[in-house]
Amino acid sequence: MNTSIQHNMSLSGEPPVALSTWQKIGVLVGMFGLGILLLAIFNVNFPNKTLWLTVSLISITLGISLFSYGLYTSQPAGIKNDGVWLKPMTSKGLIAWITGIAITGFYIVLYFYPQYLGLNTDKNTGLVALFDPLSRFLNGNPASQWFVYGTLYTVAILAFGIKFLWKYRNNRYEVLRTFSVMFFQLSFAFIIPELMARMNSDSFSLPYYDLKNIWPLNYYNFDQYRVDDFISSGNIGIALLIFGVASILIITPILTYKYGKRWYCSWVCGCGGLAETAGDPFRHLSDKRLSAWKLERWMVHIVLVFSVLMTTAVVHSYLSYDADKYWLNKDTFLIGVAVLIGLLFAVIWIFKRHELEKDARYGAIGFTAIILGLISIHYFSGNNIFIFGPETLRSTYAFLIGSIFAGVVGTGFYPIFGSRVWCRFGCPMAAILGLQQRLFSKFRITTNGGQCISCGNCSTYCEMGIDVRAYAQRGENIVRASCVGCGICSAVCPRGVLKLENGPQKGRINTKEVLLGNDVDLLSLSSSSDTEK
Amino acid sequence: MKHIAIIGNGISGITAARHIRKWSDHKITVISAESEYFFSRTALMYVYMGHQKFEHTQPYENWFWEKNRIELKKGYVSKVVPKENKLVFSDHSTLNYDELIIASGSKPNKFGWPGQDLERVQGLYSKQDLELLETNAPNNKLCKRAIIVGGGLIGIELAEMLRTRDIPVTFLVREDSFWNNVLPDDESETINKHIRKHHVDLRLSTELKEIKADENGRARAVITSEDEEIPCDFVGLTAGVSPNIDFLKNSGIELGKGVKVNRYLETNIPGIYAIGDCAEQTEPTGLRRPVEAVWYTGRMMGETVAQTLCGNKMAYQPGHWFNSAKFFDIEYQTYGWVWPKPKDDELHFYWEHSTEEKCIRIAYHKNSRAILGINSLGIRICHEVIDRWLSEEKSIDFVIENFHQANFDPEFYKQHHKAIKNSYKQPLQTV
Ligand SMILES: Cc1cc2nc3c(=O)[nH]c(=O)nc-3n(C[C@H](O)[C@H](O)[C@H](O)COP(=O)(O)OP(=O)(O)OC[C@H]3O[C@@H](n4cnc5c(N)ncnc54)[C@H](O)[C@@H]3O)c2cc1C
Ligand code: SF4
Ligand code: SF4
Repeated sequence: MNTSIQHNMSLSGEPPVALSTWQKIGVLVGMFGLGILLLAIFNVNFPNKTLWLTVSLISITLGISLFSYGLYTSQPAGIKNDGVWLKPMTSKGLIAWITGIAITGFYIVLYFYPQYLGLNTDKNTGLVALFDPLSRFLNGNPASQWFVYGTLYTVAILAFGIKFLWKYRNNRYEVLRTFSVMFFQLSFAFIIPELMARMNSDSFSLPYYDLKNIWPLNYYNFDQYRVDDFISSGNIGIALLIFGVASILIITPILTYKYGKRWYCSWVCGCGGLAETAGDPFRHLSDKRLSAWKLERWMVHIVLVFSVLMTTAVVHSYLSYDADKYWLNKDTFLIGVAVLIGLLFAVIWIFKRHELEKDARYGAIGFTAIILGLISIHYFSGNNIFIFGPETLRSTYAFLIGSIFAGVVGTGFYPIFGSRVWCRFGCPMAAILGLQQRLFSKFRITTNGGQCISCGNCSTYCEMGIDVRAYAQRGENIVRASCVGCGICSAVCPRGVLKLENGPQKGRINTKEVLLGNDVDLLSLSSSSDTEK
Repeated sequence: MKHIAIIGNGISGITAARHIRKWSDHKITVISAESEYFFSRTALMYVYMGHQKFEHTQPYENWFWEKNRIELKKGYVSKVVPKENKLVFSDHSTLNYDELIIASGSKPNKFGWPGQDLERVQGLYSKQDLELLETNAPNNKLCKRAIIVGGGLIGIELAEMLRTRDIPVTFLVREDSFWNNVLPDDESETINKHIRKHHVDLRLSTELKEIKADENGRARAVITSEDEEIPCDFVGLTAGVSPNIDFLKNSGIELGKGVKVNRYLETNIPGIYAIGDCAEQTEPTGLRRPVEAVWYTGRMMGETVAQTLCGNKMAYQPGHWFNSAKFFDIEYQTYGWVWPKPKDDELHFYWEHSTEEKCIRIAYHKNSRAILGINSLGIRICHEVIDRWLSEEKSIDFVIENFHQANFDPEFYKQHHKAIKNSYKQPLQTV
């Protein structure tokens, strides 16, 4: 017998590494497509750009599709998390760090040094130039770095969307949801805005508008240049402006009431779309600790306050300069904002005060006070400027939140912090939707009686870092502001415990002392000191 | 303030501790030789499969215990001395208690097979077993074939685990169909097929006779009851579990198969209770067995004994039986009693999907038509609804008619209640 066998004493585990033929072909084809883009970055000037770009994008999509076909369809449908914590790529190994740093680097170049991608004022070169023909075809202009980014982003959602579809082919909720994010990305985020840009002329100029990108996620929607464009573009422009305001004040509340924030965060949104597709292999890396939840609540609401203040300041700064154009003046606008926020706060306080935890109550008071305080200081002081000038606020927000947080950290660090860091800690839209989901919505995740075995799969695979098990093992519904309704907790649960549902408000938030299955007549002791978090 | 000691930090011991803390200010010490913190035994498989890290199997963060004044002690209790209210540990240290809860769980069965104690032969129960498995069967180069002995829930889990590392598995099952001492034939046959679909070499009606050693004392091959020799590098013994009570011998605590307890979970010695896998009910509720080694019953006994210890003396009164499992990709749920063969005064209604691995079986009373239990494969059933229907003794006709109310599948899943209803109307389907 072979006595030289060295058994691996570490507890690291060794998943099988062999790739199937389809996977190998997939890797080859995909790398070929990626290679074309890399060569373009290093300024290889491709002769027939239309052809090479098409070949490249199709190869990337095809490569990823073939790879996932080989990966998933060779096995029966089911949960495909084998080896997730054993493979370096998905368990923060070296390769994960390298990938994270590479994506982060790409974002830094994209946001701050687009010239290295070949963006030039006169004639594009390099990578950007490769995209010129497609850009001309869609919107009539040469490509910008944002066009390159938008295209690659869309390709990523489509290709990894196909992968996700194969991975979860047994789960119709996941399948429909993924078709939905793929559709919204391709049409609303990519093709429609480009075609809209095509309609522009000297006298008619609509701003670039991804209709599903709602303020405050789309923090620049009410910037002066955009509002000017909207107003000067006649009825269509006005309609779009009204749609922009109605999106957040009317459409969003109605849909969130009926379905929870998932209608947006995991069915429509582009950030969510990327997280659910390209980010899916990293969803389990989210931090589940109670301390992370605390941090999340502070951070996301601070960003929300920041975005409200910033937008208010920016809009305020240009109002009434042009009395013909803007019927709203500075004062009525500020009073309007203050009344709206005061009203929202009053409604929460009157109806839902008891459902909020102590620190959430303090937070709510604090934030409302800050906003109202700043608005009134400004209003009464007659000073034209918020403590910082609106432009400073605007550019700080764009830099810190729009670029660094949403892009560089949010996406670049997928392989390290998980796929929803931005959605969880930084997105002001998620904060608004979350507040509503927690307080005024029919959505909840119901738990199935006493069936939970506390295995922890649900918590592990919750991309939002929600400790789902903490609720499930007590038989309580999960009603959490941050839940994006991705449905993965329910999918991976081996005991069929979790169900995403829209139901009546009554009994939506339930606490249980003893789970179903045990006929216990509980103590009527009043001293029940709640031991759980 | 009493000092309550709990032997065992599994689901039953920990549930008792949490509930005692909830209702009282007693000093609580939880003792375990296995792990520092409570973890979910049911999730051990997911660690080997790489779905989770071991830390994910711990339902509470480490600060939880101190914050809730639940003292954790790592150590092996080698002796209980009831006369002195004293525990003696393997390092000879001692601990005094006022009241004691024994929640020491189970241990894997070994039936005296020749070779059962060789190297690379093991059960799957504890954290240590998991670590051992990682050494014994890390990949398919060092473990070219694994043999699993015993076709129960842990056996099939072990098969699934090993298959995630592409290790060839031969699965010896004594019964002539998988788990058919619990599952009716149709369900059992569905699972047989599914096991084979996952490339497991399933050997039904086959028992282990002997495990052969190589010159280093490691398992080299097994001999089956058919006298076939199958070479292997690993043998998993998963032929059930039995109460882990050896350390209580000669303590004066009455033992049978497990620690004997009455309806109040009291042992023969006042102030000493036993719960969970290790307890043997002297007066089991309804049709339940004296020893119930499942997660849920451990939890329920923990909830109950906590009431008694906090001054609300309470009998263990489990409601309708329920359980669940997952066989590779097929989820299984059961509520009430569905026997493998209907009893004399019972009928079964069975529906099975024509192409997918999904089925429903409802057992009901021949005369009253009241439902007695329900099995499902591949369809999630709502515990609350079925529990209510069982209590209200709803008729099979009512249940079929309202079956959609009991569905717990995710949104947009294909619904089958129409097909079920149609098949119910054809009397031939009733067996
Ligand atoms: C792999 C596996 C999968 C399972 N899956 C399921 C499932 O899906 N559904 C289900 O319902 N059930 C399942 N079970 C059964 C379920 O896990 C058990 O019923 C349950 O864990 C028993 O809990 P317990 O608290 O009674 O005992 P245990 O969890 O066994 O805890 C007892 C603890 O006490 C310690 N101990 C014992 N004696 C001493 C001593 N003398 N000194 C110090 N410490 C001691 C042990 O080391 C152990 O840590 C599974 C079991 C296994 C092994
Ligand atoms: S709780 Fe479930 S549905 Fe909600 S975000 Fe987490 S995994 Fe998705
Ligand atoms: S809800 Fe499901 S996945 Fe979550 S801990 Fe319970 S059994 Fe496991």
